[in-house]
Amino acid sequence: MATFKILIIDDEPGIREGTKRILQNFKVDYPFMDEQIDFQVLEAGTGKSGIEIIDREMPEILLLDNKLPDIQGIEVLEYVKNKHYDIIVVMITSYASLELAVKATRDGAYDFIPKPFTPQEIRASVENITKQIFLKRMTQTLNNTGKQIRFQFLSVLSHELKAPLNAIDGYLKMIKDRQFGNTVDAYEEMLDRSMERIKGMRTLILDLLDLTKIETGKATQKLETVNLRKIIQMAVDTVRPYAIQKDVDLYINTRENIEMKADAGEIEIIMNNLISNAVKYNRNGGRVDIFLEKAEELIKITVSDTGIGLKEEDKEKIFNDFVRIKSSQTREVTGSGLGLSIVKKIVDMYHGTIEVQSEPDKGTTFIITLVEPAA
Amino acid sequence: MKKKILIVDDDMDYLFQMRTKVEQMGFETITAESQAEAEKVILEIKPDLCILDLMMESDDSGFILSYKIKRKYPDVPVIIATAVTAETGMTFDVHADENTQWINADLFLDKGIRSDQLQREIKKLLKL
Repeated sequence: MATFKILIIDDEPGIREGTKRILQNFKVDYPFMDEQIDFQVLEAGTGKSGIEIIDREMPEILLLDNKLPDIQGIEVLEYVKNKHYDIIVVMITSYASLELAVKATRDGAYDFIPKPFTPQEIRASVENITKQIFLKRMTQTLNNTGKQIRFQFLSVLSHELKAPLNAIDGYLKMIKDRQFGNTVDAYEEMLDRSMERIKGMRTLILDLLDLTKIETGKATQKLETVNLRKIIQMAVDTVRPYAIQKDVDLYINTRENIEMKADAGEIEIIMNNLISNAVKYNRNGGRVDIFLEKAEELIKITVSDTGIGLKEEDKEKIFNDFVRIKSSQTREVTGSGLGLSIVKKIVDMYHGTIEVQSEPDKGTTFIITLVEPAA
Repeated sequence: MKKKILIVDDDMDYLFQMRTKVEQMGFETITAESQAEAEKVILEIKPDLCILDLMMESDDSGFILSYKIKRKYPDVPVIIATAVTAETGMTFDVHADENTQWINADLFLDKGIRSDQLQREIKKLLKL
């Protein structure tokens, strides 16, 4: 377990004591963290004694009141900024003083907690900051070990993870407050939407697992002879219930059992993504055609749908992380925006190519070629 | 007459929740789910205040939209509600000199803002 130091500078002993109590048994964990983080709370009643503790203890987080008996909180903030200390500062202050807030933000204050605050507010803020510090440190470690810079990815990821949580949180609050009366019926749609967002999150987590698998790369890749037609059949069976709902027919247009040397898990990821996309972005009553061909060591897989299609300018974007094409036709479709970027990464591992042909409102065809790895 | 507030966000759930909050404060609302849709709305309607999401079609949709609203209706206050700060550590400050040149918003708010704080800010901007 790692421990972060939090320094609270406030002249009211009650606030210091309260904050200490709120945070002493508080722990933060995060999907990417191997360990939990807990907190050691340090305290100071004046700005000057606070600065001494900062110099000596180097806390990770500083909770700072502005009204202090000697120097102002904002001066402590300036001190931290001038010294280039890597400390995240939260101002505990009355929200009313906007001017102070603006000045503090300019000097690098990270967050504000209005007084009087609830234990939840302190915890939520500390939790956010802890994750922020964690991500930052993780990025530094990754950079130091020469790995790819992941910060961009991780920050988008945290946005993608938080958006559904915020949405669900918002609905739960509305329901809890009985904002639309006492009958469950009034909340039907909010409950449906919450479940939809949970479903989206689940997809995201599954896609992340796929991504992790790929990024560990060759080390875990297990080459064996796989039957491609069987894998396609499995992918079709998986998506079938959803296809029935949408009245989409699926056809596998290859009878023979084509085999290749590959990692079965990776081929499954490709097929599941392409075939489920072909259903998701289809029109009601549409169809999906899957073709499979092999010429020497070259494998060609084609997945064709009769769906909403892609605009020319969107064709290039779809293989990037977290890209989802937004339109009135896709607003009801859940997805993580990772599927095709994952497919592309796998195809690259097999020195293959991926091509997309599409016409709006007519349909989309993905053509993948894979090169069978030399035995 | 009720003041009209335009709310723009591409997250339909957030949009619904924000709309509900704002209506409970006694305002009339108009909503749009994208920068493009909002641009159409402002051709027809002059809102009394706008609350915009930052990242929609592009990462800076909110800024662009704010710019366009201000060009058409210089007196309409614009709030940009964003979750960006907490996630990226990027901070924007509407009052910083280098930003006033191009960021035309009157206020940045964190998306997690409490209803009472939001109401206070709206009232301040509407001079109520």
